Amino acid sequence: MSSLKPTEEQLAYANLLDIGMKVGLAGLLIAFVIYLLQILPPYVPINELPALWKFNLHEYLETTKIKQGWFWITMLRYGDFLTFLPICFLAFVTIFCFLRIIPIFLKKGDKLYAFLSLLQALILLLAASGFLKVGH
Amino acid sequence: MGRRQVLAMFAMGLILCIISLAFGGEAQLPNNSSLPWWAWPLMLFVLTFILGIVAVLGGVGGGVLFVPIVGGFFPFNLDFVRGAGLFVALTGALAAGPGLLRRGLADLRLAIPLALIASSSAIAGAMIGLALPKNVVNTLLGLTILGIVFIMWKAKKSEFPEVKEADPIAKALGIGGVYVEPSLGKEINWTVHRTPIAFGMFAIIGIMAGMFGLGAGWANVPVLNLLLGVPLKVAVSTSKFLLSITDTSAAFIYLNSGAISPMVVVPSIVGIMLGSIVGVRILAVAKPKVIRIVVLALLFFSGLRALLKGLGIWN
Repeated sequence: MSSLKPTEEQLAYANLLDIGMKVGLAGLLIAFVIYLLQILPPYVPINELPALWKFNLHEYLETTKIKQGWFWITMLRYGDFLTFLPICFLAFVTIFCFLRIIPIFLKKGDKLYAFLSLLQALILLLAASGFLKVGH
Repeated sequence: MGRRQVLAMFAMGLILCIISLAFGGEAQLPNNSSLPWWAWPLMLFVLTFILGIVAVLGGVGGGVLFVPIVGGFFPFNLDFVRGAGLFVALTGALAAGPGLLRRGLADLRLAIPLALIASSSAIAGAMIGLALPKNVVNTLLGLTILGIVFIMWKAKKSEFPEVKEADPIAKALGIGGVYVEPSLGKEINWTVHRTPIAFGMFAIIGIMAGMFGLGAGWANVPVLNLLLGVPLKVAVSTSKFLLSITDTSAAFIYLNSGAISPMVVVPSIVGIMLGSIVGVRILAVAKPKVIRIVVLALLFFSGLRALLKGLGIWN
């Protein structure tokens, strides 16, 4: 199917997205196998999970003593928290892509789209920062 | 794989799906359940695999089916189901994005300003969704799903919408391009109009995507195609790509709030992705109209279930 000719920034975005997505998904599968096989011990025992599934976010956090924000990064020795690493990476891929295309827009003199891309990356970084989190 | 085998597999999948819908349910779960811990992720994997097939054949995103069905009929709390739903929609969009961008079917220049609005409002939507009581979220989710069924049932599509002149914002942003349609063998110039209204619509879409973890292809496509006047193929592709940005912002809010359970997220992502791959193969022999009706029926049933749960009528 022929169609629009992709621009330089569109191709650069696509290439980085492709790599990031594949790395993220491979990491997710590896981390999940480590979690399932309990190669690293889980923080929340796996056989206790069914009792926790009915809890809402607030009850779950209170029961498990899990803290919000980037707390999980200090808990990577546990299998369940290790899976957060590729999950977080997948969420970061889009930010990397926007940062990648800013210099291309600037090179082309397209300051407006360079600014919009920067703004988009900053908004996603704000969401990632952990300042915006909610409990019940 | 023969045509009969493929159709038999699909029919079996649908039956399994319906059985799980009919006999699943929060009431039996989880403390009183005699099932081992691994039974639920396994059932989730099987269901999401089927949903992946159904989503492709029905022309919908996985997220919109995932949240109401898993939220309504599995033991997982809706907070975690919405978090998983966002990652299901996000990974699907990330996987599709490179191909759509490289083939020029998704348009980055069109997507960036819309994504900026939708992803900002998705943050607000996610925060609202996680702060609201479960019964309110279920009620709103039910109403939204029933609204989606109505939109999908009634909304028309326009292969090549007529845009007489780009509006000033579209001109300033330089949105537009040339689309070569192989079936007609000609180049079609496209641009957009009514961008201020579309910006407003994308703000609402972002809030709903973040609040319910639904993905938002069901709303993106009509706005891109019918309101902005984007050719249908470009609208569908750009919508899919847009989800990778909109859902990222909301996904971070769920992640940082702690509303992510790997045992729910990972089997769902893998199940939907494998199902989508099989769905694409079945697509060649399936009857899309019949499948679309099945998808709408599934959505209607699960939307009704969420609404009645929210209202305390069917717990």
